[in-house]
Amino acid sequence: MTAPASPPVAPPSWTSMTLNRYVVELKEFLRSREQMVFIFAFPMMLLVLFGSVFGGAVLDGTDVTFAQYFLAGMVASGILNTGFQSLAMSIAIDRDEDVLKRIHATPLPATSYFAAKILQVLSVTVVQVVILIAIGVALYDVALPSDAAHWGTFAWVFLLGTAGSTTLGIAMSSLLRNAKAGSAIITPIVLFLQFTSGVFLIFTQVPAFLQTVASIFPLRWLAQGMRSVFLPDEFKYAEAAGSWQLPLTALILAVWVVVGLVLAVRTFRWTRHDDN
Amino acid sequence: MTDAAISIAGLHKHYGDLRAVDGLDLEIPRGEVFALLGPNGAGKSTTVEILEGFRKRTAGEVSVLGIDPHHATKEWRTRVGVMLQSTSARSSLTAREALLHTSRYYPNPRDVDATLDEVGLTEKANAKPQTLSGGQQRRLDVALAVIGNPDLVFLDEPTTGFDPEARRRFWRLIEGLSGDGTTVVLTTHYLDEADHLADRIGIIASGRLVALDTPDGLRSRATDARITWTEGGEPRTEETPTPAAFLRDLLGRIPGEVEGLRVTHPSLEDVYLRLVDDVAEVDAAAEEEPS
Repeated sequence: MTAPASPPVAPPSWTSMTLNRYVVELKEFLRSREQMVFIFAFPMMLLVLFGSVFGGAVLDGTDVTFAQYFLAGMVASGILNTGFQSLAMSIAIDRDEDVLKRIHATPLPATSYFAAKILQVLSVTVVQVVILIAIGVALYDVALPSDAAHWGTFAWVFLLGTAGSTTLGIAMSSLLRNAKAGSAIITPIVLFLQFTSGVFLIFTQVPAFLQTVASIFPLRWLAQGMRSVFLPDEFKYAEAAGSWQLPLTALILAVWVVVGLVLAVRTFRWTRHDDN
Repeated sequence: MTDAAISIAGLHKHYGDLRAVDGLDLEIPRGEVFALLGPNGAGKSTTVEILEGFRKRTAGEVSVLGIDPHHATKEWRTRVGVMLQSTSARSSLTAREALLHTSRYYPNPRDVDATLDEVGLTEKANAKPQTLSGGQQRRLDVALAVIGNPDLVFLDEPTTGFDPEARRRFWRLIEGLSGDGTTVVLTTHYLDEADHLADRIGIIASGRLVALDTPDGLRSRATDARITWTEGGEPRTEETPTPAAFLRDLLGRIPGEVEGLRVTHPSLEDVYLRLVDDVAEVDAAAEEEPS
């Protein structure tokens, strides 16, 4: 397992360093009870809870049940939780406890560190989304799309959503000057978005001005994009715009990826804010 | 310049009106074990963190292994080991896992198990840092700082919280590193540690280097020996640069045995405290002066 103490060897490649760091990130996540319960399992618990309480109710004028509507919202939420909430918190804590400073003292490139974080988020999100969908299929009669076009939509909504959440999560970590206060700041943001973006409540039943506010942020578009994949096509007439708005969804999610990327790169720091 | 691991010229670091580092010049040759001593807030850690590439400086020239640490490259990080002053307690990785993963960032790392053994953590290899004692956590930090087989290693107050046995073991580890030609820069509060390990000691106070010498050189600065004895039931003390002459006179004066006679030479600690006190007095005087 250990490297031999032989004469000069070529330095480890970027890929091997990134994969090595990815394994560390994955171990840290999987072994953290808080992350596994509140980030990984939380959307599944909510899906089963809400599904069993309100699940059977059919939405007005459609043959879609609340549980089916909620599944798409929970898939979108899972992406946001894992990418944005968990990443912002874990980086803020790492910065507070000088873990980032320690990493910065090693030859690990910053790009490797970020790539490892993003790979870890992707892995966790993929497993999470697969389980959520399996629950939807098994318990709430969600029909999986059978054509490539729907899965194509799923793929780009998933990837743009994850990319946006991740870059915004990294940017958010720099705003959390005190990691202990982190969840007190982030949880209300995430909850507000979940209530106004068509996750916990039907989007069209939210007051119009809140719909407008929610439409600025990615979650609303992420959730609607997921509904276009998992709900029958006719349901689009029950959406706010009477259509799935896929081109607009792609545009807004992509803009958020760019905004997140710029903010993340410009605000990132290895050391604490009081450490200069 | 080529054989200097570190060279610092006119280094300043100001925080508003506070001059944490106030004009520091220093050259540390390759292979040296250098100890930086000073009271809390004297500028030790600030200086070391500038050398590690973590802090920006206000002014001055700094070169560490030939480059400006503010523009540290991946290759440079490969050659420099860093042990921070703070200890990171929380991790899900065991001590051995942490070392193993960190070792993989380096082209020619030390052997993980041998390093664990050298810092005395073999029995704690599968323990997570939060279950280790403070001293054990610091030893893991030392191991992480040297796992990449660095040419230069910075150790910021490495032995705080060590028991005497652990400190001795740490000293042996540093002696081993030094024997391999590694340059070691350590900050410490312990004079016996600096005395034991360092080729040279720099004493820093109020952001300035007030002394730079070998341990013996520093000790010899205090030339006065102290002679204590009891005469007529009264304890007596004399400090003199010529103890032999004084003793000849004393022994001639008092017949028979001299009660409680002791001749002591000032310790490194006496020299250190005198140097640091002098600076504190100068600073206090400067503050009272209206400007």
